[in-house]
Amino acid sequence: MSETASLPTGARMRQGSNIGQPMTRRDGVLKVTGRATYASDNNPDGLLHAVVATAAIARGRVTHLDVDAAKAHPGVVDVMTPENRPALAQDPDAKDHPFMFRMDLLQNDTVRYAGQPIAVVIAKTLEAATEGAALLAPTYEAETPRVDLDGESFEPQVVGPGAPARAETGDFDAAYAGAPKRIEATYDTPPQYHNAMEPHAIVARWDGDRLSIDMPTQGLGMAVGRIAGLFGIPAENIHIRSPFLGGGFGSKGLPAGPQMLGIIAAKMVGAPVKLVVTRQQMYGPVSHRGQTRQTLRLGMGEDGRLAALEHHTLASTSRFDDFVEPASNVSHTLYAAPAIRTTHKATRIDIGTPGFMRAPGEATGSVALESAVDEAAYAAGMDPLEFRLLNYAEVEPISGKPFSSKALRECYGKAAEAFGWARRSFEPRSMRDAEGRLVGWGVGTALFPAVMFQAEARAVLRADGSGVMETGAHDMGQGAWTALHQIAADGLGLSMEETEFRSGSSDLPDAGIAGGSGHTATAGLALHRAGEDVIAKLTQMAVNDERSPLYGAGNVGVVARNGRLVRQDDESRGEAYAEILARAGVSEIEGRGQGAADPAEQERYAMDAHGAVFAEVTVDPDLCQMRVTRLVGAFAAGRVINPRMVESQYFGGMIWGISFALHEAAVHDKRSGRIMNANLAEYHVPVNADVPFVETILVHEDDPHVNALGVKGVGEIGITGTAGAIANAVWHATGRRIRRFPITLADLV
Amino acid sequence: MNRFDYVKPQSVAEAVAAAAEPGAAFLAAGTNLLDLMKGGITRPQRLVDVTHLPDLSAIETLPDGGARIGALVKNSDLATDPAFARQYPAVAEALLSGASAQLRNAATVGGNLMQRTRCAYFYDPASACNKRSPGAGCDALGGENHGHAVLGWSDSCIAVHPSDFCVPLAALGAIVEIEGSNGRREVPLTAFHLLPGSTPDKETVLEPGEMIVAVRLPAEAAGFAGHQRYLKVRDRTSYAFAVVSAAAALRMDGGTIGAARLALGGVALKPWRSEAAEAALAGKAPGQAAFAAAAEAAFAEAKPSGDNAYKIDLGKRVVIRALALAAAGTPDRLPALPASPFAPVPEGVLHV
Amino acid sequence: MNHSISLTINGARRKVELDDPRVTLLDLLRERLDLTGTKKGCDRGQCGACTILVDGRRINSCLALAVSFDGAEITTIEGLARGDELHPVQAAFIAHDGFQCGYCTPGQIMSAVGLIAEGQAGDDPERVREAMSGNICRCGAYKGITEAVIEAQAHMTGAKRGEAA
Repeated sequence: MSETASLPTGARMRQGSNIGQPMTRRDGVLKVTGRATYASDNNPDGLLHAVVATAAIARGRVTHLDVDAAKAHPGVVDVMTPENRPALAQDPDAKDHPFMFRMDLLQNDTVRYAGQPIAVVIAKTLEAATEGAALLAPTYEAETPRVDLDGESFEPQVVGPGAPARAETGDFDAAYAGAPKRIEATYDTPPQYHNAMEPHAIVARWDGDRLSIDMPTQGLGMAVGRIAGLFGIPAENIHIRSPFLGGGFGSKGLPAGPQMLGIIAAKMVGAPVKLVVTRQQMYGPVSHRGQTRQTLRLGMGEDGRLAALEHHTLASTSRFDDFVEPASNVSHTLYAAPAIRTTHKATRIDIGTPGFMRAPGEATGSVALESAVDEAAYAAGMDPLEFRLLNYAEVEPISGKPFSSKALRECYGKAAEAFGWARRSFEPRSMRDAEGRLVGWGVGTALFPAVMFQAEARAVLRADGSGVMETGAHDMGQGAWTALHQIAADGLGLSMEETEFRSGSSDLPDAGIAGGSGHTATAGLALHRAGEDVIAKLTQMAVNDERSPLYGAGNVGVVARNGRLVRQDDESRGEAYAEILARAGVSEIEGRGQGAADPAEQERYAMDAHGAVFAEVTVDPDLCQMRVTRLVGAFAAGRVINPRMVESQYFGGMIWGISFALHEAAVHDKRSGRIMNANLAEYHVPVNADVPFVETILVHEDDPHVNALGVKGVGEIGITGTAGAIANAVWHATGRRIRRFPITLADLV
Repeated sequence: MNRFDYVKPQSVAEAVAAAAEPGAAFLAAGTNLLDLMKGGITRPQRLVDVTHLPDLSAIETLPDGGARIGALVKNSDLATDPAFARQYPAVAEALLSGASAQLRNAATVGGNLMQRTRCAYFYDPASACNKRSPGAGCDALGGENHGHAVLGWSDSCIAVHPSDFCVPLAALGAIVEIEGSNGRREVPLTAFHLLPGSTPDKETVLEPGEMIVAVRLPAEAAGFAGHQRYLKVRDRTSYAFAVVSAAAALRMDGGTIGAARLALGGVALKPWRSEAAEAALAGKAPGQAAFAAAAEAAFAEAKPSGDNAYKIDLGKRVVIRALALAAAGTPDRLPALPASPFAPVPEGVLHV
Repeated sequence: MNHSISLTINGARRKVELDDPRVTLLDLLRERLDLTGTKKGCDRGQCGACTILVDGRRINSCLALAVSFDGAEITTIEGLARGDELHPVQAAFIAHDGFQCGYCTPGQIMSAVGLIAEGQAGDDPERVREAMSGNICRCGAYKGITEAVIEAQAHMTGAKRGEAA
């Protein structure tokens, strides 16, 4: 009989000695002392600097580059253009799957968007490379670009990474036509750029056909695969180190073109090359959130109950690749309506390809849906929170599936109470602060699906009873070094000090992608199972050994705790790991684990994290300047591994909500197609003074279905709900419903 | 950034001589110049580093009670100089509402006056800009010109001057002391910056080689110390350029306004002093009616240069509020959010 | 033309030969002196990631030509801790989770140290927020940053009072 197979679930589910603790960041000391090494902090011997030159037109071709002038500049080593760029093993325009995006790697002289790389200058110093790039003084044959949504549109095959472009339940047309109360509204959301504080960077070194890379990535395994394909070398020849990302937010999920150019440049000059994009260059070739125009139609009964909900999205994609912001799909899940229809269309424009940016689809869709629901609430003459509770979805509306868990009602209640929602006056423009400024209160519902990818992990228990846990995970600030370490230690029944956690490198087991808020769940589950594998092997060793106090305990179960295996029915009887290993003469035990969603559970349940966000916006009645003076969010996202880090994720997401509602927008000159605010002075994101008060409430939620850890995801949900809550608060403060984001003071003057 | 000769003169005279060469530029803190050089907007062949020149870093009280500020005084040092801030509180408030603490620690008084516009088309070498390349045209016209000028603009240029500091300086009658190869001369701040006309490349009255050595505030301006404020409307609570700003100062004469000073920022290619508004206020009782009349006077000649008509309405409201704040009296301590609409508003200023 | 300057960096005096006057303090530290703790976020004075102390004052090192700083005393993030003992601001940033990705953190911390030295904000959170607004944190760790600055300042003034007594 296999002891492993009969291990009771009680042992499998042990969690809590590290999990759930608000530990400070394991990488904290490195980060506060400047010793955390980000990619561009690597300065290997013989390093050359590469600087990308980018196109100033949005459509056309490059007709001339003054390569001679660049080369004549002291310190310039070489200039890489389409004419001399070393051959690649794969066409950068090839596309085998939806996660493979076309890149601009100097394959020809065509310009497809402003900011596209058109050459690379390599020099002995950064100063020389930078000036060399400027001296290229490109000339162009320019065509008239289009950068808005007003052109021809089409219905895409898929939206986001692979969802259908339309979905329907019930008969929307009939239900809407028959609804006694109806609203229809169109909302515009702008192009937004991730703007992680760390610009995309790479330090690349070739040694024959072996490639060593320092590069921030949210997906080590996929990056290795992409690079292996592009350069025609075996994956095992590639080593990527990515111990820290200076923020990712989706833009570092897949290798970016400029990073690949760094590798090509290193090959061309036969020396290590560092290439760091400039802030301005982050507005083009490194992905962004596409602009959308969303039209919502909501039909309600006299009682305010939703009868029909339609969400249509028109989104931008590039001329040469496909990514359509799946904004309508939030309407599948949030509010109960017997008839729901969601559709998408796309317009091809002369921009870099949009992609995954923090809550792709959910953020854009949420701001429109939450605004429309607010408009519907007022059309029905109801308090916006009451309206949301009335239309609470007990099952997922589009599919009819039950939720694996959903503590949204509790989120509404706790956040409303903390915020003081009951003191809100119904009429807009009816509240003032002590000095006479307009005050508005708004609510939004937060939602993000519990996504899982695939991950692997390896665990080793060493003779001295200490452990090693490995998975090539990615810490982009969410706290993987800490939270995964907590899971890893619990997986082995050890303290964190006794468990060495290795991560952030491609020579470790593939941890999958750090995206979709699914990294902790996926990589965590792999670690958990790797630990389980080790403990199972160790248990087998002990329970089959007559000399062990655990001999024969297989049927009653054994628990791993504090470096010991103990009988579940009598914890005083047990034995330290080291003793078991020593007696067996085994120097170490290795275990493996995989993390992935359980398809059967996914089939049965809708799995989502939920939340409720309440916003207070204060508006100067004359000058119209706005400030989000309070923000309170309550979120339920399954088990919380580390409340300190989870809170920080919510704070960050909510501040992105402020940014979405009131600040962020890339502004194109429609004639040239260039982004005119490609910097951090005029592309505004919130500064410290924009965030006077933010509070989060962690709502307890047990979810036995999402995965064995009960973990959903927390990285992206904070932006959803928040942006809409703020827009609703602006309306409540001023009586002005602004349907184009971001809302600016100019809209209110 | 292009290569350049770096020279470090030992005296103002040497500096002036070194900067008279074509293609030379003065380097003070460089917070604007280096930004422009990195963007390829300006490519000087020679940088004349004036940061170490003696005698340009003092804040002095002149015998007549006025203030003389050396050109190399850092923005933050001036703003936090207690005696200066007491006498010219709107100047301190404007300084502290500008940029960030780091930039204020570096940026100098002279450099602030020499700040160039943030017009995105000026900053984009691929766009046509008469300021960068005379005769090239102005792509801001018909472009993204939401933040552009509503006063004093021309068909050649619709940019605005970005400085906060210069706005109260203009209001309070500051004098710029300039040293050149022909000696020293003085120019009122209001005449220092030039409106674009047909030569937007000519931004100030400085001739090649001329250097700002000091800015003076007249003693007379201190008479406004009790009632002066700077108000700056922004798209973000801090670390943002003004959409529209105003410096308002009143010399109260019992219950009436003895004299008023008003200048606007973010509306024109120079800090815009409105003497018409000042005249409209003199002798009036402070209050909504007088302030509204002043606002109308200030914007009587305003016209949108593009998609920016809102700035005219907003500008009038900024004027009214700035005057109301000034009338309520200078606060004992600068607010936590200097010049912000979210700074405390004295009772009666907002009409609920 | 070569320019020879002398800098005191984190307490150690060093001669720096500059073969190029274009080198900023930021690039000097990062690319030539291997002091990579100071970060480049925008290179244009718009984010604060490169904040260092020059003669005790916080500035953006990306907009400072190294050649102009002959004789200056520079403190970077690497010069804050005394061995294993963290500076109170560093410790408070960890305790209050005043960062996530950590990339803006050296700039935030240097800015906070500069702010405390300026002594203008006191323990008023609104003044601290305003004074820290030159440091953009895209992760949105502002709440923790503000709390950390206030706590560290209290700790430092308390310690100073203790010393005086």
